[in-house]
Amino acid sequence: MGKTLFEKIWDSHTVVEKSTGPSLIYIDRHLVHEVTSPQAFDGLRMNNRKVRRPDLTIATMDHNVPTNDRSLPILDQTSAVQIQTLEKNCNDFGIKLFDINSPNQGIVHVIGPQLGITLPGTTIVCGDSHTSTHGAFGALALGIGTSEVEHVLASQTLWLEKPKPFEIRIEGKRKNPYAVTAKDIVLSIIKNIGTGGGTGTVVEYRGQGITDLSMEQRMTICNMSIEAGARAGLIAPDEKTFDYLRDRQYTPKNFDSLVEYWKENLKTDNDAKFEKQFTLQIDDIAPQVSWGTNPGMTCDVTDSVPSPDDFAKGDVNQKKGAEKALDYMDLKSGTPITDIKIDRVFIGSCTNARLEDLIEASKVVKDQKISPNVRAMVVPGSQMVKQQAEEMGLDKIFTDANFEWREAGCSMCLGMNPDILAPGERCASTSNRNFEGRQGTGGRTHLVSPVMAAAAAIEGHFVDVRELDLS
Amino acid sequence: MEPFKPVESIVTPLDKVNVDTDQIVPKQFLKLVQKTGFGKFLFYNWRYDENENEKDDFVLNDSKFDGSQILVAGDNFGCGSSREHAVWALQDYGFAVIIAPSFADIFFSNCFKNGILPISLEQKIVEKLQLDVNSMKIDLENQNIITSSETIPFEIDPHKKRILLEGLDDIAQTLQFEKKISEFEKNSKVPSVL
Repeated sequence: MGKTLFEKIWDSHTVVEKSTGPSLIYIDRHLVHEVTSPQAFDGLRMNNRKVRRPDLTIATMDHNVPTNDRSLPILDQTSAVQIQTLEKNCNDFGIKLFDINSPNQGIVHVIGPQLGITLPGTTIVCGDSHTSTHGAFGALALGIGTSEVEHVLASQTLWLEKPKPFEIRIEGKRKNPYAVTAKDIVLSIIKNIGTGGGTGTVVEYRGQGITDLSMEQRMTICNMSIEAGARAGLIAPDEKTFDYLRDRQYTPKNFDSLVEYWKENLKTDNDAKFEKQFTLQIDDIAPQVSWGTNPGMTCDVTDSVPSPDDFAKGDVNQKKGAEKALDYMDLKSGTPITDIKIDRVFIGSCTNARLEDLIEASKVVKDQKISPNVRAMVVPGSQMVKQQAEEMGLDKIFTDANFEWREAGCSMCLGMNPDILAPGERCASTSNRNFEGRQGTGGRTHLVSPVMAAAAAIEGHFVDVRELDLS
Repeated sequence: MEPFKPVESIVTPLDKVNVDTDQIVPKQFLKLVQKTGFGKFLFYNWRYDENENEKDDFVLNDSKFDGSQILVAGDNFGCGSSREHAVWALQDYGFAVIIAPSFADIFFSNCFKNGILPISLEQKIVEKLQLDVNSMKIDLENQNIITSSETIPFEIDPHKKRILLEGLDDIAQTLQFEKKISEFEKNSKVPSVL
């Protein structure tokens, strides 16, 4: 029987396999950031261990860096300590660090691909659940905890239970790809399969709806695999993948011979078997807006806020969850989504802060002003994205419309830095999680695409972005 | 890691599904660079109001559950962020066993690295345990939950069970395979980053 792409990568990285239980898997790339690594480095020190492969390990600081003027000192002392700790750890253990002043600094999942560190067919880990992003390049990319970060630093391997392969087919063609984006596709998937729908699996996204997407859009899809509970999500590499990676700063010198190898090996065999399957037809899907406190609580922009009964479909616990979510979000069932007024807009995060996202959002914003009741910010995913956007004049388009234009980082996706919502504030956000308090204690998050976020900033409420005239 | 010791305690019922790690320990507490002292931040936004007073309606603030070592929660417990701080907070607070119909993968794996036993059971058994006010025993060796009225068996991967019972250092175990890791590296086609 044939193998899936995931199984091929798994098999080619198995160092030790036993008859039962986990296998020891080799890790090709380890990405490190300031929040989930300090305790791991401490563990190494306590046991007199070294980093086995500093040459396969890259670090940056993204989660709690301020996004205002980089020449100013970091006011939050605990953040400053965490950032200094990463500098010291990288220095002590010989790890390459893109620090706060590096032109390569940025969200770890944005810089990996951008620098050509992310490669097809590799295994990639990071102490961050959105590591799944790198799967867009046909890599097996896993989010891990701090103990596992320490394990990889020490051994360059991980003990892993083999997940089950899950095929998600995206079929059809969007009528208005400008308004119905990769974000809307992945939110639709999660709405359908639920936040636990992918637990214990590695998703392979397939079908025309996927191959039609650019690399940056594919990253948006793979990024949110974890929001469906999947261990990872991946997409078979094709010419778009190779073109994206050619000539990046850290693209390997033998790239062309690697491409030959990848073309030959990195695809699911025709007779391979998936243990789970889901198909989404995207011809007619609408722009999506989340209404609740997990990414599965999402509906079409043309819908109204659902009743807990309709959402739960008979499940008592889901119904209770929905009631609690509506209470937290201060929303009433039956309210049209387009009537929901917002206070804040956040365009950023590892889901949607790459150059294409900013270009698409800027088309909506051009020659407009944001609603006087809204405060809006753009936080580019990396300093390189920021620079490229500025070369195109996008910063001017956003600032002319009264958006704030910031330095790179995770920012208000999780609000570990000063960028947070005030209690009760409602935000249209291009990030990935609408959990209670995620963007600030008492803050209310609606997950949307960059185009929807931009339109909501202008209008002060959600709109059906398919109706915008952007000619 | 300390070997897992037998647990005897009443359960703390957390009647919620999809409890994400942002709720277990909110982001403002992830800036610490050590593993200890996270218990006071456990379920922070559910436990305390904006003036840091305890909220009466949250189960952890009910004194009858003081000292409980067993948390019984709803489906998909520990979803979202990979932060191991969530496990450190549960452990530091005093929980040794988490029971739920299902767990998110990364959280589940993080539990075993810190000596916490996560047990998946059928929804209706979980619901029954949530209502049980009596003390119960968790016998990992024999894989049983012993309540005042019955014995409920549970499944656990033998490898994970051994790690917990013996309190094994994962990395020391792995480094015994050093020769195999080196051999793998010799044959790898993947170039260094730098």
